[in-house]
Amino acid sequence: MVTEKAAAVPDVKNYTINFGPQHPAAHGVLRLVLELDGEVIVRADPHIGLLHRGTEKLAESRTWLQTLPFLDRLDYTSMIPSEHAYCLAVERLLGVEVPIRAQYIRVMIDEMARILNHLLSIGTHALDIGAMTMVLYTFREREDIFDVLEALTGIRMHGAYYRPGGVYRDLPDQMPKYKENKFKNAQTVKELNEARSGSLLDFLEDFTNRFPVYVSEYHTLLTDNRIWKQRTVGIGVISPERALQKGFSGPMLRGSGIEWDLRKKQPYEVYDRMDFDIPVGVNGDCYDRYLVRMEEMLQANRIIKQCIEWLRKNPGPVITDDHKVAPPSREKMKGSMEELIHHFKLFSEGMHVPAGEAYAAIEHPKGEMAVWAVSDGANKPYRIRLHTAGIPHLAGVDELVRGHMLADATAVIGTIDLVLGDVDR
Amino acid sequence: MSAKLDRLIRQLKESFGERIGEPVLAFGQVTIVVPTGNYLDVVRQLRDDPALRFEQLMDLGGIDYSEFTGYSGKRYAAVSQLLSITHNWRLTVKVFAEDDEFPVVASVMDIWNSANWYEREAFDLFGIHFEGHVDLRRLLTDYGFVGHPYRKDFPLSGYVEMRYDPEQKRVIYQPITIEPREVTPRIVREDGYGKGGGRA
Repeated sequence: MVTEKAAAVPDVKNYTINFGPQHPAAHGVLRLVLELDGEVIVRADPHIGLLHRGTEKLAESRTWLQTLPFLDRLDYTSMIPSEHAYCLAVERLLGVEVPIRAQYIRVMIDEMARILNHLLSIGTHALDIGAMTMVLYTFREREDIFDVLEALTGIRMHGAYYRPGGVYRDLPDQMPKYKENKFKNAQTVKELNEARSGSLLDFLEDFTNRFPVYVSEYHTLLTDNRIWKQRTVGIGVISPERALQKGFSGPMLRGSGIEWDLRKKQPYEVYDRMDFDIPVGVNGDCYDRYLVRMEEMLQANRIIKQCIEWLRKNPGPVITDDHKVAPPSREKMKGSMEELIHHFKLFSEGMHVPAGEAYAAIEHPKGEMAVWAVSDGANKPYRIRLHTAGIPHLAGVDELVRGHMLADATAVIGTIDLVLGDVDR
Repeated sequence: MSAKLDRLIRQLKESFGERIGEPVLAFGQVTIVVPTGNYLDVVRQLRDDPALRFEQLMDLGGIDYSEFTGYSGKRYAAVSQLLSITHNWRLTVKVFAEDDEFPVVASVMDIWNSANWYEREAFDLFGIHFEGHVDLRRLLTDYGFVGHPYRKDFPLSGYVEMRYDPEQKRVIYQPITIEPREVTPRIVREDGYGKGGGRA
């Protein structure tokens, strides 16, 4: 009798499904092999490298300056801070001083990128788990920051704006303006151009005044939203001990309650002069990490305001005058033989970086982003090792989704703020 | 910052003595070279010793020193960047693989779980084998990839390229058709050339 009964129970096997590499919720080309028991995830095995471009190898065949634009292409949702880590590493090896105004500009741009990154992160996270509207609002604000970057660097995304020794150029005095066309009449154009009538700093200040209102709009949409809370509270929980063990950093670490922020603990540039707070979570779940990101945007807004105030009052050089590292001005270059030689040598042979190894880390919006630069004294890097925050976070996905339902996998991928350009390099 | 790093160096000498190479402070960063035999003991103590307490392995990467100017030593090294949240300091730990032909280094995956992917990556790109790693698969390169692309003797453009073959109606691999070229040659100048001081 017993054997007959056992035979009647169907043989239930674990089921393996393939998530991606082309999936709208995969945030890029991520392939996730999921082993399921019913609808519960037993194991998740991320397969990465579909966007691997070999940046570290490419850097070895280019001069120190030619390598810089590659860094923008790592994390393509918050572009310029990656250049920052590279410049810090090269500056450490060269021993050049960065003018104070350039340091303020860098801090301001980094914080703009933090807002840019968190807006995308929260918007798409909500989109992935069913709140379509959110992404429409966050992309509206991203547009303003892209306008600033375009006025500053000439390009909306991959700015290539930082240089070892400073930044490429000073802040522009005016913003590009809308023109009348058959879709926009004079009245509309006038309204649109109102904030753009002054300098870049005026436009940015106007944005920082508007931004806290937008954040409160997001809070209205999500923070007490029942569906949002059901999808995020208690999902993807990680304890502080495990987060450390897994090498997490940034909001993923702070969401678990560890107050660790390189901007405070190992300040670089002028972060030690800034007044801001580090938000931390309590439970280490998706919801806490969401709250941490929301608060970080407001803190970034505070830092930008302080930078604007300082930058208005203190004009000065924005790049070092060491012409073995940074080019002389066009005007000087046209008038002096020595400057012409400097310019020619710098853009043909490139700068020579003294032999040595330097590891420079910054608090990237996603966590610790670091560049380990090794030089043997040549005009090209011997080796560049790029540490991006996304790698340990994606490696931790297996632990975060285990025992959760299949639908929670998208919530976890959203919360780790995954960008495959950042992970694959 | 410097006083703190001096304290770290003193502590390292006190804790390990002869078991590690001389700690070097350069460019605001402390580096130690650990002999292969002592590696696991040393890193375990680095994590557990309350006076050192490196809770986090932030990064681990391979490096191939074969073309480093003026270098003649072991070819491959695994370089870890450790971070202590308690003491707020960092340390670079370097371990060289004994055999250049078949580089093997002990895995630190049990000590810091984050080493899992870093070691897979270093295996994939440099061919360094991590003894004790439970899942040493390739990480970044294509399924079925041959070779270790970040080694210095691997050409930048690789050996094979991929295209769609309309006759076979599938994607095929074929030997590369592009000529590798170097636009700016690699130059090492005399000492102190790039040190700066070239102000006009």
